[in-house]
Amino acid sequence: MKSSVIIFPGSNCDRDMDVALKKFGFKNQMIWHNEESIPKSDLIVLPGGFSYGDYLRCGSIASKSKIIKSVIEFANSGGLVLGICNGFQILTETGLLPGILQQNKYLNFICGNVFVKVKDKTNKYFKNIKKDILELHIAHNEGNYFCSEEELKLLEDNNQIAVTYCSKKGDESLEHNPNGALKNIAGIVNKNRNVLGMMPHPERMIDKYLSGEDGSLFFENLLGNLK
Amino acid sequence: MKVKVIVTLKNGVLDPQGKAIQQTLNSMGFLNVNEVRQGKYFVIDIKENDESKAKIKAEDMCKKLLANLVIEDYKIV
Repeated sequence: MKSSVIIFPGSNCDRDMDVALKKFGFKNQMIWHNEESIPKSDLIVLPGGFSYGDYLRCGSIASKSKIIKSVIEFANSGGLVLGICNGFQILTETGLLPGILQQNKYLNFICGNVFVKVKDKTNKYFKNIKKDILELHIAHNEGNYFCSEEELKLLEDNNQIAVTYCSKKGDESLEHNPNGALKNIAGIVNKNRNVLGMMPHPERMIDKYLSGEDGSLFFENLLGNLK
Repeated sequence: MKVKVIVTLKNGVLDPQGKAIQQTLNSMGFLNVNEVRQGKYFVIDIKENDESKAKIKAEDMCKKLLANLVIEDYKIV
């Protein structure tokens, strides 16, 4: 399976993602944002970081960069596009995913492990995943997911909410919501279920020396679903 | 000519920064401050002498980049 990670000025999780994808068997290539086309891929990843210094709104400048047209075309033709953290922010700014990631409710940059509940297993990212609750890492200042009531209803009716923040045991009450996100949303898929945006970083949890291996589950599972 | 644009959060959208500023103002003794909403202000120099044409261009910029219409409103002033 071939994957492409897009690098924007200010991306900083691109290499971690490269290591993770290669570890689980993807043939990964790194693509600079100024390119116009993307070599044949089974998966495109928009990595975490601070593209363009988070100027204007997080992800807004990257969403207008040269490479993005190809990413949108790929997504619209059914290709898998995964956006992690800043990648999620970019996906909402392109319009591939609804809503927006606002500044965290408590105005602080948050960094640490969280638990998320897998809410939908009909997409290729989480289909067949062995656990219902994953321990993943988050590090962001703008992860407070927001969308209109109408949009939220569509997300719920179409089971587009992919993962939500919860406790170790799966409790989704407010105290386990780290950033104020609407309905504890940590990640969503588009209507066609081929585009996933999520704030947690699976690429940071792929080794027992990296405080957990639930990210390994994510990548192994994804690769398995693509074969 | 220069076009000025103000982008603000829509009514009802939570503004944590505005809230923090309001609370600080209150604690400084400005007790009559009920609410603060924070926004962005842009001054855009456009190669255009016709005011209405410049404003149409600015509006297009607002819709496509300067504001995110999910949470923000824009005003050309």
